[in-house]
Amino acid sequence: MAQLPEKLTQTIEALSLVSDRAERIQTLIDLAERFHEVPPEIARRPFSSLNEVPACESEAYVFKERRPDGTLAFHFAVENPQGVSAKALAVILEGALSGAPPEQVAAVEPDIVYKIFGPELSMGKSMGLMSMVGMVQAEAKKALEQKGR
Amino acid sequence: MSEIESRGYAHPEALVSTDWVAEHQKDPGIRLVESNEDPLLYSSGHIPGAVEVDWTRDLNHPVQRDYLGREGFEKLMRRIGADKDTTVIFYGDRNNWWATYALWVFRLFGHDKAKVMDGGRIKWAKEGRPLTKEVPSYPETQYRAPERDDAKVRAYRDTVLKHVEGKGKMIDVRSPQEYSGERLHMPEYPNEGALRGGHIPGAANIPWARAVNPDDGTFKTAEELRGLYENEAKLTPKDDVIVYCRIGERSSHTWFVLTQLLGYKQVRNYDGSWTEWGNLVGVPIEK
Repeated sequence: MAQLPEKLTQTIEALSLVSDRAERIQTLIDLAERFHEVPPEIARRPFSSLNEVPACESEAYVFKERRPDGTLAFHFAVENPQGVSAKALAVILEGALSGAPPEQVAAVEPDIVYKIFGPELSMGKSMGLMSMVGMVQAEAKKALEQKGR
Repeated sequence: MSEIESRGYAHPEALVSTDWVAEHQKDPGIRLVESNEDPLLYSSGHIPGAVEVDWTRDLNHPVQRDYLGREGFEKLMRRIGADKDTTVIFYGDRNNWWATYALWVFRLFGHDKAKVMDGGRIKWAKEGRPLTKEVPSYPETQYRAPERDDAKVRAYRDTVLKHVEGKGKMIDVRSPQEYSGERLHMPEYPNEGALRGGHIPGAANIPWARAVNPDDGTFKTAEELRGLYENEAKLTPKDDVIVYCRIGERSSHTWFVLTQLLGYKQVRNYDGSWTEWGNLVGVPIEK
């Protein structure tokens, strides 16, 4: 099984060191505040429903950009202004998975959201966040399939 | 007559508008409480003066599947600087879903001085009203909590079973897919689901969010709500009604609508809901 992308491992390790819940929340909010939505050269509104994350109340969208070296860059849009957790996750995924080997991105399981946000997520919230990871994972798998043809 | 009063609710005083909150947010007799699904939302900005009540840490029993007990509620009220005379105004994300859940738990301890800010957090934010990251601190009160009294607003499985046998009225507030049994659990989340799909026999399906206007998250008028619950689900105000969903949170929203906005006298929330019923051996299920 492929290892996880190094930057993602580092991010999860760094968050695991933040044992205080309030501090972890503040760290994630700081990340959310760094959110930049998908650049217009990649996608413009109205975004395609093909890019919409299913079961995500934050109305998140995932976009991929193929790079010349065969890796992918990931971009996000979050339409719900209350989607703070979705924005924090988008910043983590964009920063940690863009440019990583697709084999490693394909190995990222959706349940990493619990390592990032902690166990106190409602089912609805965890569903939406896991679906975001699931869409990124699916894009990496598609890229691998196309490479193998 | 205020705009909320003009909607014809049985208890219009159960709702306050964002304008009212803006005018009264510093009144010493009120406490604003934000309750959200998204754990990051309160810390990222809340109405000045509002405290957070978190559904997992503050309202649930830490070990058992149950709500907090008398001591826990007493500690919570003291922490947020509230006593028996404090009017608690709840608001939050997701159309006030979690706000009404918190209000319902407060009712288990008889705290009736509780209202909901119509439209919730998103309405306040969309109106360009101020949000702050500053967490307020209130002097701890000497509040003494009564024992929790579940009888009036909460139903357990044995009560529900008798209710089914007596052909009592029930509302299943889950999605049509969950109601029909087409969806047994959320995808990729089987441990939170149930072994059987469907609904409790006799329950009508009115998804909880149909009670709010999708544009601004405010509650629909009494006439529109009667259209849902009385014309579609065939309830009458004199009915003894049990509402349920998956774990009792979405149905607390419907409990609020039926008891506060339509004035139904006997509505209980079955918080065991489908995660209990769909796993019970031998209970009747309809698809």
